[in-house]
Amino acid sequence: MSAHTEDLAVDHHDDHGHHHKQTFISKYIFSTDHKMISRQYLITGIFMGIIGILMSVLFRMQIAWPEEPFTIFEIFLGKWAEGGVMDPSVYLALVTIHGTIMVFFVLTAGLSGTFSNLLIPLQIGARDMASGFLNMVSYWLFFISSVIMVLSLFVEAGPASAGWTVYPPLSALPQAIPGSGTGMTLWLVSLAIFIASSLLGSLNYIVTTLNLRTKGMSMTRLPLTIWAFFVTAIIGVVSFPVLLSAALMLIMDRSFGTSFFLSDIYIAGEVLHNQGGSPVLFEHLFWFLGHPEVYIVILPAMGIVSEVMATNSRKPIFGYRAMIASILAIAFLSTIVWGHHMFVSGMNPFLGSVFTFTTLLIAIPSAVKAFNWITTIWKGNLQMNPAMLFSIAFVSTFITGGLTGIILGDSALDINVHDTYFVIAHFHLVMGISAVYGLLAGVYHWFPKLFEGRLMNKNLGYVHFWITAIGAYGIFFPMHFVGMAGLPRRYYTNTNFPYFDDLADINVVITIFAIITAAVQVVFLYNFFHSIFYGKVGPKNPWKSTTLEWTAEIKHIHGNWDGPIPHVYRWPYDYSKLNKDETGYVIPGQDFIPQNIPLKENEDELNH
Amino acid sequence: MTAFLVVLVIILFGVAVWQMTKVFEMSKTKQTDTGDIASDKDNKVNGYLMVMFLVFLYVLAIVCFWKWGDVLLPEAGSEHGSQIDNLMLISMILIFFVGIVTHWLLLSFAFKYRGEKGKKAVFYADNDKLEFIWTIIPVIVLAGLIIYGLFTWTDIMNVSEEDDPLVVELYAYQFDWRARYSGDDNTLGEANVRLIEGVNQLGVDASDPNAQDDIVVNELHLPVGRKVLFKMRSQDVLHSAYMPHFRAQMNVVPGMVTQFAFTPTITTEEMRQNDDVVEKVRHINEIRRENSKELAAKGEQPLESYEFDYLLLCNKICGISHYNMQMKIVVESQEDYEAWLAEQPKLDETFAQLKENR
Repeated sequence: MSAHTEDLAVDHHDDHGHHHKQTFISKYIFSTDHKMISRQYLITGIFMGIIGILMSVLFRMQIAWPEEPFTIFEIFLGKWAEGGVMDPSVYLALVTIHGTIMVFFVLTAGLSGTFSNLLIPLQIGARDMASGFLNMVSYWLFFISSVIMVLSLFVEAGPASAGWTVYPPLSALPQAIPGSGTGMTLWLVSLAIFIASSLLGSLNYIVTTLNLRTKGMSMTRLPLTIWAFFVTAIIGVVSFPVLLSAALMLIMDRSFGTSFFLSDIYIAGEVLHNQGGSPVLFEHLFWFLGHPEVYIVILPAMGIVSEVMATNSRKPIFGYRAMIASILAIAFLSTIVWGHHMFVSGMNPFLGSVFTFTTLLIAIPSAVKAFNWITTIWKGNLQMNPAMLFSIAFVSTFITGGLTGIILGDSALDINVHDTYFVIAHFHLVMGISAVYGLLAGVYHWFPKLFEGRLMNKNLGYVHFWITAIGAYGIFFPMHFVGMAGLPRRYYTNTNFPYFDDLADINVVITIFAIITAAVQVVFLYNFFHSIFYGKVGPKNPWKSTTLEWTAEIKHIHGNWDGPIPHVYRWPYDYSKLNKDETGYVIPGQDFIPQNIPLKENEDELNH
Repeated sequence: MTAFLVVLVIILFGVAVWQMTKVFEMSKTKQTDTGDIASDKDNKVNGYLMVMFLVFLYVLAIVCFWKWGDVLLPEAGSEHGSQIDNLMLISMILIFFVGIVTHWLLLSFAFKYRGEKGKKAVFYADNDKLEFIWTIIPVIVLAGLIIYGLFTWTDIMNVSEEDDPLVVELYAYQFDWRARYSGDDNTLGEANVRLIEGVNQLGVDASDPNAQDDIVVNELHLPVGRKVLFKMRSQDVLHSAYMPHFRAQMNVVPGMVTQFAFTPTITTEEMRQNDDVVEKVRHINEIRRENSKELAAKGEQPLESYEFDYLLLCNKICGISHYNMQMKIVVESQEDYEAWLAEQPKLDETFAQLKENR
């Protein structure tokens, strides 16, 4: 294998020199260059994120002030908010599309798509992805699915509104809810294309990681980012096809009269012919993807955080092998815990016991990771760059959100908090906010690699971080109380009967925090787009990092390295390594040794 | 109250933003030439802010408990409910302990080890002993929780015939509930959506002898101290029968019958005397009086005053009026329950009426 890699490397730099003429279209639109595709993913993801977050602000306003009409509702929702009063069906549409967009379009494509594409070739020492063409197709499929999802917002009867989990029969029958007409069809088509895009991307990531590593880059010398992206891609390949099958069967039930998920239904004054299907089957298929999906979202964030934390602590990541082992353990367990979403779905209670067992096991590798991160910053020399701040906050929200998972994963306790706001608070902290922090940490950290050496403004970054960090807890910590009070999720208003009247001020506080937190993202957007054009150009390796991407050219060139591909001689975490007699750093005056520096005489070879 | 909170939050945020921009402005003027890479000054400022963040989190937790501790559900009104509450309490104590300690470690390290030029980080790459410790401790703790949880779960979900439970059907449709009592034979008659016709809203099979004494109602009455086995059926889409005060929930699935059983232990009257409930009701009525004043000013009907009742809520998104799909539950003495049930018409009357109409 290493011989093969070398051949390829030689091949490539022979190639180098005769540049293709790049037209605008081949450079910016149908680009096969992984760096450009990465930017495309990021910017599309950010655009979808703006829509998703804006939606959350709208429905949070509705929850906080249910009787109040708002002109802003009428501006954004038009006929669904005449006189500024939000229609109940559009409320459900908003929560549905918010969930779909954030989970799939922002945190799957925007996070994993951006950073897998950017970092896999750069950090393993490859000229590009294994297949640049498939990579381009993957992005454009994602783009088409985004367009369809956005278009579905404008259809006559409204977009899909059966919740992001689209459980049938509600999602299958237009008689049951208006959004289950054309809106739902577009949702399913969009998701089917999204899955194709995700699969092409994932296969590419796996092949690239396995085959295109530069000489010396063994699997145990890979940065944790790559391990995370690699394993994420594997989970995606294993579980996304199952969602596709569920989506196809749902399309058949909706349009071709089959009964995979439908049985014994009397609706709108008539009995449907469907017989013998089961909605519980759909739940199994959905969550067979749906649960691994949360790890597809969080593992890349974990990889990014590990990398950013080690670099900015000027210390090796603590327990490199334990970190890899826990990524693998989490990935494996993630595929056998889906049933914890279904404790009260009507499935056999014995299955509930099995899923409780496997679910609580996931807490073990997660705990190992959390303690390893904490130990990584212990006795470090922490450089408080915005990326580092987001990484620290990631560990915080991951712990807070993860701990409440102990309650939800326990079938007996789940009975009473299932589908309440407790769940919303839990998963927003552990996978929503945490993954967003991972994404933001990645953007601040690798901005110079994305945009040719430019850095984002740090002071705007600090303002963005602190308000976001406080705001996120302000939203989701009190939300646990709402859930523990027994308030079900997806209620258009909580004041229709008196029992939940006393939750009004909590909901107001949550909404205010939500508005502030959403508003401060404008600071980020400004900083991001402004820095693309006017950001200060920093040094080639601004964070003094050891990994290969910082040895690549600042200017984006086809093939990444102007000369030969660097070879690798050490693991990626030689920060603050001392020489043999412990009198100073191995390289005097420099507290890091890049991976492409051969072992020196004055250092011990350590086996990590 | 709400207005006050809004103003308070906005002011506090304003102050925070103002302070932060000031701090960053200050750090900007004295900057060395690190550009947009963190300088020692940045490390220091953000290190201190990390400590403030730790304080913020602790204060947030305390304030939430102090202000909103009373919105939580009162004591469980069912036998298994106290088991769940107990397990919940243990889990919560564990969660808070771990959360407080890990956050203290994380954020105090972030402060203590903030970067300074010339400071040396310790090259500390791994330690098998430590990894072992923080693998084995979660293993032991979780093993305990899993075992406790599974015993509780099995206990709740296994319904034995020996308990001689009262069999009641919960029937869900967009957007309401019906309950069907199984009558003197304690056996529900067969039913299917294909038999729905006119007043036979639940599609009960008129030819089934077991169905004749069944009773369909729209308010759930339960005798205290007797196990009730709910058989659940949906007419159209997924619903979920959520009875938070009894720590009970089960999805209602079209095409199949799901079940859940519990023993109510506290009557509605007794629950109304519960200290937490009294406090909660007082608070809710206070809010309602406030809101009524506003309504009166607009010339609208004031809100009725609230009295506590157990509720059955729909907890699975089921359509536009999902938010208002609920049924009142009354827990009462055996005698009161029997007296109430005796007043309700039996299904044989419905069937007779149906025949006449044909």
